[in-house]
Amino acid sequence: MTVRRVMGVETEYGISVPGSPNANPMVLSGDVVTTYAVARGIRPTRASWDYADENPLRDARGFDMGRGSAHPSQLTDEWADDPTMANVVLTNGARLYVDHAHPEYSSPEVTTPRAAITWDRAGEWVMRESVERLASVPPGVNLYKNNTDGKGASYGTHENYLMSRRTPFLEVVKHLMPFFVVRQIMCGAGRVGIGVDSRRNGFQLAQRSDFFECEVGLETTLKRPIINTRDEPHAVADLYRRLHVIIGDANHSDVADLLKLGTTSLVLAMIEDGFLVEDLTVHQPVATLQAISHDPTLTTQLTLADGRTMSGLDLLGIYLERALAYVDQRWGADADSDTREVLHWWQLTLDRLGRDPLEARGEVEWVAKLALLEGYRSRDGLGWGDPRLKAVDIQWSDVRSDRGLANRMRATGRLTRLVDDDDIAAAVEQAPEDTRAWFRGAVLRRYPDDVVAASWDSVIVEVPGQRQLQRIPMLEPLRGTRAQLGALVESSTSMGELLKHLSAPRDPSARTSR
Amino acid sequence: MAGQEQIRRTRQGDGPDDGADLPTPVPAAPAVQSQEIDDLLDEIDGVLESNAEEFVRGFVQKGGQ
Repeated sequence: MTVRRVMGVETEYGISVPGSPNANPMVLSGDVVTTYAVARGIRPTRASWDYADENPLRDARGFDMGRGSAHPSQLTDEWADDPTMANVVLTNGARLYVDHAHPEYSSPEVTTPRAAITWDRAGEWVMRESVERLASVPPGVNLYKNNTDGKGASYGTHENYLMSRRTPFLEVVKHLMPFFVVRQIMCGAGRVGIGVDSRRNGFQLAQRSDFFECEVGLETTLKRPIINTRDEPHAVADLYRRLHVIIGDANHSDVADLLKLGTTSLVLAMIEDGFLVEDLTVHQPVATLQAISHDPTLTTQLTLADGRTMSGLDLLGIYLERALAYVDQRWGADADSDTREVLHWWQLTLDRLGRDPLEARGEVEWVAKLALLEGYRSRDGLGWGDPRLKAVDIQWSDVRSDRGLANRMRATGRLTRLVDDDDIAAAVEQAPEDTRAWFRGAVLRRYPDDVVAASWDSVIVEVPGQRQLQRIPMLEPLRGTRAQLGALVESSTSMGELLKHLSAPRDPSARTSR
Repeated sequence: MAGQEQIRRTRQGDGPDDGADLPTPVPAAPAVQSQEIDDLLDEIDGVLESNAEEFVRGFVQKGGQ
């Protein structure tokens, strides 16, 4: 495997009402979801979420956490009982819902980093449409694709990577931890303020880094770990693990977003393939993560467990060298275009950052943000504690195309674009064709009235004339593609007929699960 | 709007935290970049929240995952 694997991104958006800091964010988030759903003719009570397979307290290390010891915010599957929690599945295969006190868009399963960022941008467009519709009732609701309010609260942008269950989890921890300590140098979105509540003035590379307190663990809302062990595969559990990565920032730069998913997928491929043998364990990874984030000069030296010292860029360079060697040895000139694209930007970005970070302002998001902030600082003589700089930081992530500063930078070419508006517009409506998301989206589009609920690994339908609900399991993420089921779905004139075709024993390609 | 911003830019100093300002790394922009940044600032001045202090104070989130 290369950069290609089943992956997806979940994004919780910051939410606020202009002039009303005390507005109830849960109710507002519900408004965001239902506004979009109603406008698109999706009835939240029908195409809702099937929680039967959710098991958020399972740990990749092999034990279940007792419910008694879990913090209430960890019990996501119990929300099925709360009618105020809006929750819908979209025709593009994504899930749009209220997570804690934020609207969240979970992208459909895709197989390449480029597709991941396309459907991630589609999520921004979904949120933007909702904001535009809500604006008709002043003061409206604003949404921000960022990860902190700068006052102590953080909310996540989580990546998900399907992995082989055979890879020992300790190998994943060993080789991924050093990478995650320094990945922010390429992928951080930049932040004004140091410390979870910005108690010191200044600028740092990443939105999330100050919110991490331990190395490995199950939690996502408190005592956040660099490596999250949530083991809820949404797939055949004996074969797959879904690696749930909680350390990344929400990205507006296409290159940063592509590198976040692409380089991580490539490092995982090397781990699965046993290609990484050198021990790059970082001494005191949590403290180092924060020291690196706090140093935009990129000169901070980190210490490896074996005593070597080097900069974060040096360590990223070692991973890049290994990745280049890996792809060259395994595929040579036959390496796929997605992998070559990721390696191209990885190399170019590290080169530019190494010469002068400012050279990477078109690709690396924190550099682009810092250049803008430095412009204000020098023109207007602002100290880092000035509210105008904090406002720029927040407004950077506004989802509106006119008010969102990153959106303006993308529109004017100041941030390099990798996906164009036509592709994003298509991804708002259509699911990826090469994963089970295609079947989920197709059924929702063709038979919206018959779908009672859906989840990542199932669709529950009600066939007119039948008393029992039918559950279609989809435990194989790469089954249910357009290539496998397109003709069958197209030729069925009703949900009942489609079900009949799906369960016909003679046609193995029509089965969506093993 | 530019007038309001002029007033705020005279507000130097951020109180006792000033000393905590970190040295900034990216060197002063050379002339070529300076024009580019000036154009960007001119464009963005027009869309920035007009009352930055109130806007920042009002941006309060609940923790998430």
